[in-house]
Formats: sequence, structure tokens, C-alpha cells
Amino acid sequence: MSVPTITRRTFLTTGVAGGVVGAAVSVFGFDVQPAAAQARTLKIERTTETRSVCPYCAVGCSVIIHTLGDRSRNVTGTTVVHVEGDPDSPINRGTLCSKGATLRDDIVNERRMTKMLYRAPGADHFEEKSWDWAIDRIAHLIKETRDKRLITQDYKGRSINALTAMAVVGGCTDSNENNYLIQKAFRAGLGVIPVEQQARI
Amino acid sequence: MTNGWTDIANADVILAMGGNPAENHPVGFRFVMEAKRRRGAKLVAVDPRFQRTAAVADHFVQIRAGTDIAFLGGLINYALQTGHVQVDYVKLHTNAPFIVKEGYSFDEKTGLFSGWDKDKKQYDTSTWQYEVDAQGNAQVDPTLQHPRSVFQLMKAFYARYTPQKVSEVCGCDAEAFTKAAEIITSTYPANRAGTIMYALGWTHHSFSVQLIKTAAMLQLLLGNVGMPGGGVNALRGHANIQGGTDMGMGYHNVPGYMPIPKAGHVSMEDYLKVAVPKPLRPNSVNFWSNTPKLFTSQLKAFYGAAATKANQFGYTLHPRLPEDPKSGKLENWSWAYIYDHMAQGQVEGLVDFGMNPVCNGPNSRKMVFALSQLKWLVVAENFETETTSFWKSEILALAGKKPEDVKTEVFLLPAANFAEKSGSFTNSSRWAQWKYKALDAPGQAKPDQEIIGRIFTKVRELYKTEGGTFPDPVLGLDWSYTNPVSPAEDEVAREVNGKDLTTGQQLASFSALKDDGTTSSGNWLYCGSYTDSGNMMMRRSTEDPTGLGRFSSWTWSWPANRRIMYNRASADAQGKPWDPSRPAIVWNGKAWVGDVPDYPGTSDPEKGAGAFIVLPEGVARLFAPGDIFKEGPFPEFYEPVESPVDNPMHPGGQSHNPAANIFKTTQWDVLGTAKDFPIVGTTYRLTEHFHYWTKNHPRAIEMMPEFFVEIPVELGQEMGIKDGERVRVTSARGHIEGKALLTKRIKPMTVAGKKVYQIGMPIHWGFIGLGKQGGSLANITTPPVVDPNSFCPEYKGFLVKLEKV
Repeated sequence: MSVPTITRRTFLTTGVAGGVVGAAVSVFGFDVQPAAAQARTLKIERTTETRSVCPYCAVGCSVIIHTLGDRSRNVTGTTVVHVEGDPDSPINRGTLCSKGATLRDDIVNERRMTKMLYRAPGADHFEEKSWDWAIDRIAHLIKETRDKRLITQDYKGRSINALTAMAVVGGCTDSNENNYLIQKAFRAGLGVIPVEQQARI
Repeated sequence: MTNGWTDIANADVILAMGGNPAENHPVGFRFVMEAKRRRGAKLVAVDPRFQRTAAVADHFVQIRAGTDIAFLGGLINYALQTGHVQVDYVKLHTNAPFIVKEGYSFDEKTGLFSGWDKDKKQYDTSTWQYEVDAQGNAQVDPTLQHPRSVFQLMKAFYARYTPQKVSEVCGCDAEAFTKAAEIITSTYPANRAGTIMYALGWTHHSFSVQLIKTAAMLQLLLGNVGMPGGGVNALRGHANIQGGTDMGMGYHNVPGYMPIPKAGHVSMEDYLKVAVPKPLRPNSVNFWSNTPKLFTSQLKAFYGAAATKANQFGYTLHPRLPEDPKSGKLENWSWAYIYDHMAQGQVEGLVDFGMNPVCNGPNSRKMVFALSQLKWLVVAENFETETTSFWKSEILALAGKKPEDVKTEVFLLPAANFAEKSGSFTNSSRWAQWKYKALDAPGQAKPDQEIIGRIFTKVRELYKTEGGTFPDPVLGLDWSYTNPVSPAEDEVAREVNGKDLTTGQQLASFSALKDDGTTSSGNWLYCGSYTDSGNMMMRRSTEDPTGLGRFSSWTWSWPANRRIMYNRASADAQGKPWDPSRPAIVWNGKAWVGDVPDYPGTSDPEKGAGAFIVLPEGVARLFAPGDIFKEGPFPEFYEPVESPVDNPMHPGGQSHNPAANIFKTTQWDVLGTAKDFPIVGTTYRLTEHFHYWTKNHPRAIEMMPEFFVEIPVELGQEMGIKDGERVRVTSARGHIEGKALLTKRIKPMTVAGKKVYQIGMPIHWGFIGLGKQGGSLANITTPPVVDPNSFCPEYKGFLVKLEKV
């Protein structure tokens, strides 16, 4: 009996369409490669690929995020099924380190925060609140601090418009655009001097 | 990075020191392996531990944590003594020929430079200056022979750093040092290039800035700065820490590395007088003379129509850095100081975007105490952290408090992560790479631009309806985004680039910026990133016509899409590349071609404008004049503030950095001595984890489930500690417990005739997460000390004691 030449594509087509997997296996004997290829292709077959950049160290590896569905507007609750290195990137050329290879854990994770939580003074627990309530309360607290503590004139009578009674920190895994918005809103708008990120530490 | 990841493949020698790229930047490290494979490059690793980079190095030297300046000073001395110096480069591109004023001196016995004020504990830097003529130009001796030339002063200064001295200080063999020196300085010929890769192992010291300066000096002597395959390369530790720095996320500056206006700068004119330096050589470009155009355009981007000529384009709306009324000195609001002020009750509120100070700050107990003094805390986060929940009894116990004692209102805003937002990240290579949103954030989580937008527009609404203190900048800020409660990344990226306000066209380059209010640019450094041709940060061409890995059409690199900084220094006085096989830019008789020149594009090299255009000298500084650095114009080796020995460079003299800032605010701001804490402790990362995020990730925790302490086998034997047993590490600040990992990777060493042990503690664990957490937070032990220039804490090289539990 002659062994027919079967490419990966014809194998998959036969396997999926004809339901003749059993026959294919008998043709291939113990070669598990095509079966592995089939499993992988099925996992990302109907996904949407999005180009992104790894959020960990600053090498800047490009990644492809595979999400279920075609991103139609009426599709909600989509999820990430796979993250892989982008072969086009001249930096990582498709590779990722152990952290990058398990990036899906950072996105799809039952420990993610999904609700607005509030801890009242002296409390030993969080309670759920609405976004509107929280933003309103935060805005009032910021305004109260600024109204009371903005240094409009310093001890020599010079106008300085500086606010040091509140600080803003973070942003090392935020986009340049968000870092700029932090500068603009909090420094240029509200006058906050202590605006710092992770660089010194 | 002066160069970039892909450029490392062009190096002939790679020094990995103050970092462990094989472990912490594994994918970037592939370019080191490529240089080894394709060019036969040599890798030298220098570290307190035989780590993963050392494992594939051609030569490894173990040194005591915090002694890097002694090692690098030894390399400078070795280069100068053996003549391993690219003399023509040094004469052309550095201040080696500059003559230093009479009166400058260094006392080898005390370890102090001229001008030390014992009472004020600071330097009067007036003697650390060049000799200048009547026009203000620095005097030079092109032969380098003048006894007060920078070259001769430097040679005398580092003559003390002999291989024997290096061995005595660092605890390494003199022969191992000499072998490293031979390899590293072998790049001095014009046709060879070497690179240095460093990370937080260099920045986490009380002398971090001087340490990196020493590395830069070495690279200048070897002619490696500006060269493909050369440079001084900071590997950086977060996806967009570079971009955040560029965007002004430090109290001392505004976007694009311009200084923040100070209390004394009443008018924009006062500010510009200080922000624009005077040129020190007749032909120097003195780039910062453009500050009026860059800063005015930024103010236009901030305040839009409210920035008028009458209010100095919004200068009167912008805050200025206050002076402390008691001392008259400018206030310090750098990271560690924010928490120091907070601990003193001076800060009411903190807005925190994805940062975990309880874990990532030094001296964690002080961090928890500081947060407990807040009136309100807002944290936007992906996961619950030790900071969002610092008020929980287990964590609060670190500061000896109970939840009911803490009145802080805490808001934990669920935030979108990297995959759920678009926008650009700038990597270590300065490449701003656009990423696209892949999916919506889960549940009620929101992207940060919406959190910022909603908070700001709500505050502004309150100012509109209720009035309040100085509402002008709040109401005047240009927030005219299509969707003000959640500005689109694309719209913000256009604003950051900037436009011509008359024609509405996006600007192609910062050279088009004006100081008359007719242009806007949120950050001049990113001008060119989003032009009328589109978003350059989205480009995906993998073309590499030179084969030198510049990839000039892959995304966009600041400034001006330049891939190698200081690339003018890669060519000689006539504009010919030092190494024709590896050109960065070349003068073709009319223009500079190759990479985007770090130089005026059509400036004839004969005119000698100077390769280092941002410095008023036009050349690189081997000697740093004036008050640029707080502790001296040349880097001297000082011990970490907590050290097992007296400084062997000047026994009985100044042991640690005389200018180091040591906090004394809280009961945890304390230092230990070698009598009580005889072991050197240091901290580091592991490849399996990323900071304190991945302790929420099942696979990362499966790979690295719990905290451990790396202990030299000999120390374990001496103390009767077996592998896997539980140990306690204690510093003057506090203690932590974990599993003992006995290892041959850290060897005992002899320092100044004394046997010294080092132990290592990985970070990554805390109180909240999967696996075994249990409060094993390494930073509970780290000291209350920061560098006086960068204000980076001394996480590396401090004193601890070890006990079996």
C-alpha cells in the first residue's frame, strides 16, 4: 500500500470536513505533529488578531493578542484565547520570555478588579459603590484639598500656584498619551507639583 | 539607551554590569548572543552573584554589592596607564583638553573635593569650574599636557585605582579584574566598539548618578559613545518607564526634559534666563537655546486659547516649585520625599495609577505608616495590591496600627490593562511603538484616560459652579477633546506632536516650533511622531538597508527618529566614520547622511560645532563642572551608607557619599552597623515574575511559588543552616522570613582584609496574591537613603543579619 502525500492543509480539510480522523491516524501511524497543528489552528482559527506591546520590561516585544469573535459591535464579553510573539517585530521576531508567553494570565484572570470599591474611614472592609458616586466624591475631595492648600503666593509674596498637599504617582505601564494627560490635568490644570512615576525606584 | 536593543548585535565587547539582562531582559539579551555568534564578541559580566548572564559570559568577576565605582575607576586607570585610549576621539569629542580653574583639588586622605562645608554638609562648587576668557569661552590645551587640563587631572585622580586597590575594595581577585580590563578596554582602536548594559544594579545606590557617569567616562575614553555597537545603555524595567520620564513624570521637570519653573522665576523671562545655558565654546550648538520655542509651544498645548501674549502664554497659570520657607531651599518632591512629607502629615491626598508603594518603595514599614496619614487615597488598579489594601490589619501591623486608627478614605478604581487600551509605549531604545486595543476591560473597569477625564471634568464643573481658589488654570486648561470624559489616544498623540496653529497642519519636526504662540506641541521630544502623513508610531516596515539593525521605518524613535544618540561622535574631525564598516553618519561634502544626524544636518565638520549639541561645551564632560553633581566633578568611590568596612580608598576619611540624603523622619528611618548586622544584603528580580503583578498569575506562581534567600554555602555551614530551612533576615528597619537557598553562586569574599558574606533577596512577594505570600516583602529591610542627584533609594548593598528560624 502506497502512503499518500498529505499536506497539513489537506489533512486538516479531510479531518475537519470528512470526519475521517481515524483513517488519517492510521495513515500517519504515531506521527503526532499534524494532530498538534490541528489543535493549535483550531484554537486561533476564528479569532481576531490585535497587535500590541508587552507590558512588562522595556525591551518592547510586539505581541499578537487573539480574541474570540470578529469584533462586531453587537458582540460583547469577548475574551482572549491566546497571546503570542509578533514575528514581524525586529526586536523579538516572534519570541517571548516566560512572562510574555503567559501574558494571557494578566488579561484573563479571576483576580482582576471589576467593581468600584470603597473603604470608609476606620473600616476593615471594602464596599461596592457606583462610579458616579466615586468620581463625585473624589472630585469634591480634590477640590477641598486644592481650595484649602494651594499655595497661591509663597512666603516672599511671589505668585507660585503650587499644590503639594496632594500627589500623583504611577504610569509606567500607561501609554505616553495617558502620561501626558496626567501631566496636563494634574500639573498644568490643578497645579500639583509632586507628580512622579517608577523611574527613581 | 543611547543606542538600542537591535544595535547591541554590532558590539565587539559587551559589559553587563549593574544588571542581569539574561534574567530580566531575556528577549533583548538575544542581541548579545547574536554579537557573540556573528562577530565573535566577548561578554564580560560583573555582579555580586554568578547569575544567568554570568553563566554565558566569556569572563565573570564577582564584586561586593555597591563597589562598582571602584571597579570602573580601575578600568579608567587601566585604560590610561596602558594607553588603551582612542586619543583622537577624546581630543575631538570630550572636554579632556579643557583647563580647570586654579583652586580645584581633591584630598586623597579625607576623600573630599575642594569646597566642602563641614557645617552645612554640602559643597561650595565654585572651584569646580573651567578657566574662561573674557568672552566666557572655556580655555583648552589641545595637546592635553597642561597640568590643569581635565585629562591630566583625571589621570592623577584615577591613578589610585590600581588592580590591587580594586581587589581590596571589591573583594575580587586582582587577576580577574585585570583580565576583565584587558577585554573591556580592547575596544579603544577606532575600528572596534564596545557597549555597556546596565539596569537597577547601578541606579539603586546612594552614588548612582556618579556610577553611571564613571561608565560614560570609560566609554568616552575608549571612543565608544555615538558608535554603532557602543554607548551606555540603560535597560529600563517597565514597558513605558521611558515614555513616562519623557512626559515629565518627575517633580523637577516638565515634558521634554525642561526644568520645572521655580518659585524665584516670577516671569517667563526669569525662567528662560536659567533654563537657557550660555555656550562655553565659540561654535557650540547649545541646543537648549531653543527652550523659548519648546516651552511656549508646550504652554499653548496646555492652555490653548487661555495662553496669550498678555499672560506670557500661560506661564502665570503654570505652577512653580516652592521654596521651603524655613531653609529658603527649593522643596524636594521626588518619589521617596513624597512619602517622607506624607509621613509628616503634609500630604492629604494621593492619586495612584497602578503603582504599589508598599511593595516597591524602600523601607516598607515607613511606606505603610505614610499612607496611613492620608486623608484620601485613589488607586486605579488591575488587581488588589498591598497599597489598595494597606489598611487591612495584616499589612497595617507593619506600622503598629489597627484599621480603626486609620481614617483614610480609599477608592479602588478597577482599571483597564495594556490590552484594553490603545496608545504608545516607548521602550529602552526610545522607540515609541503603537499598540491597539484588543478587547474591553472586564466588568466596570475603565481605561485610565477615562479615569483622568472624568475626575478632571468633574473638578472643573465644581469650579465653574462653586468657584474656589485660583480657578484660572482649571478653567483655562484646553480640554476640548471630542470626548472630554475619555480623550481618545489618537487625539492626544496628535496634540503631543503639535501643530501649526495658523494652518492647522501637524508639525513634522521640532525645528518648526516658534516662541510667538503660533505653534503648539505638548512635548517637543515627540514632535515628528504624528505628522500630516499619519501616526509614525504605527509604522511596521522591517527594512534594514544598512544591515546595522537600525530599522528606521519600524515605529518611531525620539528625538526626530534618531536611532543612535550622539552619532556625530562616530565620525572624525572631517566627518569620516572612525569605523567605515560600521558607519552611523557620514559627511558627504554637503550634508550628513545615514542615521538622522545628532547634529545640524548641513553643518560642515570643519566648523567644529561639537558632537554633544545639548551641552554648552559642545563636547562630552569627563569633568562635570559646577553644581551638576552634588558630590564632585569626578566620580569617587564611596561606600554604601550601610557598609561592612571603612572605605579602603581613604580609611578614617569620608567613607560614604558625603552628599547622600539620609531620612530621619520616622522610627523606621534608622541605619545599622556591621557590629549588629554583619552581612551585605542585596535585592533583585527573577525572570519568572514581573514585580508584584505576577503573584496574581497562576503560571508564574507555579514556577516561582515562594520567597527565598540566596545564602553562600560557606555561610550556611558556619551557621548550621541547611538548604530549604526557614531563615529570618533582619535589618535595622525590620525583618522577613523565607526559605534558605544555599548556593555557590555567591562566594565569600575578602574586603580590606576582612571576610565578608553577601546574601541575596528576590523581590516579587508580599501579602496579597497566589502561592505563599506571608509578608515576605524584601523591601521591609531596605534602607532610608537616597542618591543626592537622582534621589534613587539604596536598594542594593545594605546591612542585615541572618538567623535560622
